[in-house]
Amino acid sequence: MFGNITIGQYIPGDSLVHRLDPRVKIFITLVVITVLFLVHTMAGYGLVLLFILGAMLLAHLPVKFVLRGVRPLLFILVLTFGLHLFMNEGRVLFRLGPLVATYEGAFRGFAMSMRLVLLVLATSILTLSTSPIELTDGIENILSPTRALGVPAHELAMMMTIALRFIPTLLEETDKIMKAQMARGADFQTGNVLQKAKSLVPLLVPLFVSAFRRADELAMAMEARCYRGGQGRTRMKQLHVGAKDVLAAIGSTAALIAVAVYL
Amino acid sequence: MPIKVESLCYTYNPGTPFARTALEDINLEINDGEFVGIIGETGSGKSTLIQHFNGLLRPTRGRVLVDGVDIWQKDVRLKDIRQKVGLVFQYPEHQLFEETVFADVAFGPRNMGLDEDEIGMRVRRALEMVGLDFEAVKARSPFELSGGEMRRVAIAGVLAMEPSVLVLDEPVSGLDPRGRDELLEELTRLHRKFEYTVVLVSHSMEDVARLAKRLVVMHRGRVVADGPVREVFRMTDLLRETGLGVPQVTELMHELARRGKDVRTDILTVEEAKVELLRLLRGEGRVR
Repeated sequence: MFGNITIGQYIPGDSLVHRLDPRVKIFITLVVITVLFLVHTMAGYGLVLLFILGAMLLAHLPVKFVLRGVRPLLFILVLTFGLHLFMNEGRVLFRLGPLVATYEGAFRGFAMSMRLVLLVLATSILTLSTSPIELTDGIENILSPTRALGVPAHELAMMMTIALRFIPTLLEETDKIMKAQMARGADFQTGNVLQKAKSLVPLLVPLFVSAFRRADELAMAMEARCYRGGQGRTRMKQLHVGAKDVLAAIGSTAALIAVAVYL
Repeated sequence: MPIKVESLCYTYNPGTPFARTALEDINLEINDGEFVGIIGETGSGKSTLIQHFNGLLRPTRGRVLVDGVDIWQKDVRLKDIRQKVGLVFQYPEHQLFEETVFADVAFGPRNMGLDEDEIGMRVRRALEMVGLDFEAVKARSPFELSGGEMRRVAIAGVLAMEPSVLVLDEPVSGLDPRGRDELLEELTRLHRKFEYTVVLVSHSMEDVARLAKRLVVMHRGRVVADGPVREVFRMTDLLRETGLGVPQVTELMHELARRGKDVRTDILTVEEAKVELLRLLRGEGRVR
């Protein structure tokens, strides 16, 4: 039932992109996002799109599958495009009653939608090609200099790891409880908003109960293995920036900045 | 209310890198009044299969017929099918949510749109069917009951819809030996007294050997054996191949036969083994 959610999923693989250091991948993703907000021309968006498609191919990700992740965004895209189309001044494209669509509006609407799509694509390449553990390791490492300022970097990373780890488990659980209640004649689809909200009670109560039970069990299991926070903790897998990481970081950044400056 | 499954295939997450075929070309018929055991190792597709019986999963290919009607035809109300084919999930106590036992068991009948009197009667009957004292438990919170009691309440929640086929997925897993014996006893009673058609999914050879009359063996999404319990348990090699094995007493009899003793090898329960072993020992003149 929830199989079509791509965000936060990870496709295991052994491509160049998979093997890059997670910190480098986070850094490049941040650069892509920044550049997306700097470019203003179609050619600029086109080149960023090309860059993202290239990364997708390098990571051996199925393009169709990644694009499917944009689908939940469709409503926002249409709304964004519509608002820009009708709310801008300029040369008239067509009229729809009191609404005036302009060439400039169409352009800006398209550009904004493009920006949203590319944002989602760039971030999903990061999560699809990086295992959740690597991702949080990377984030913890990036945040670690701020520990002196009192930022609980390790705890934040651990919380994220646990949250990510339990997304599929909870989705599975939701699916199971939903089916169990449907087997007892529950109906989650029809009715007005109020009825729909009410019909969620038989789903949410068991879900909460089980989430708390799982949290309890996990805490116990962690304590049984002497977990006591990040202090003095060593890692089995050390993050290591190699030649390919440096090359990827410098290459991508240079290319993207060039796009931002010239287009 | 016979259930018929025709060349059923099911794939999880079709069209994604996570696509996984769970069922392949399943043909199966469950007739009225049968007590069928479905066995197979973890991941063999048992749970996926039974979720097709009441239309919780839609076959990727093939048909599911309940009472001769294809349940995925346009004019079939799945709600009706789910009332007729009661499905009890694994760890059903995880679905409890109401404030009182009564309200929780009443959830199913209420969704059927019955009136309050009828609901009250059905809840009472269902709770008594699973061996609980209606007056004692009706006003209690389901969350303060013991594990075994919670499971009974959850099963009563399905029974209260008065289905004609009862499908249970690993109903005794996680119960202590006493709770498990009692619950299996109740199931046998339901089957005998109320003529329920029962489908029992399990990976415990002992349980299905004791209760079921017919056995369906699943392996990697296919049905590899289907027949009377004794006949199926005679296929020791096949069962071992599928990672299941036979009940321990059956194993013992096979071993004795291999060592040249004249014993029957289609023994399923300890009781039967006792009779057969005494016969053997008498024959050898060791006991009178």
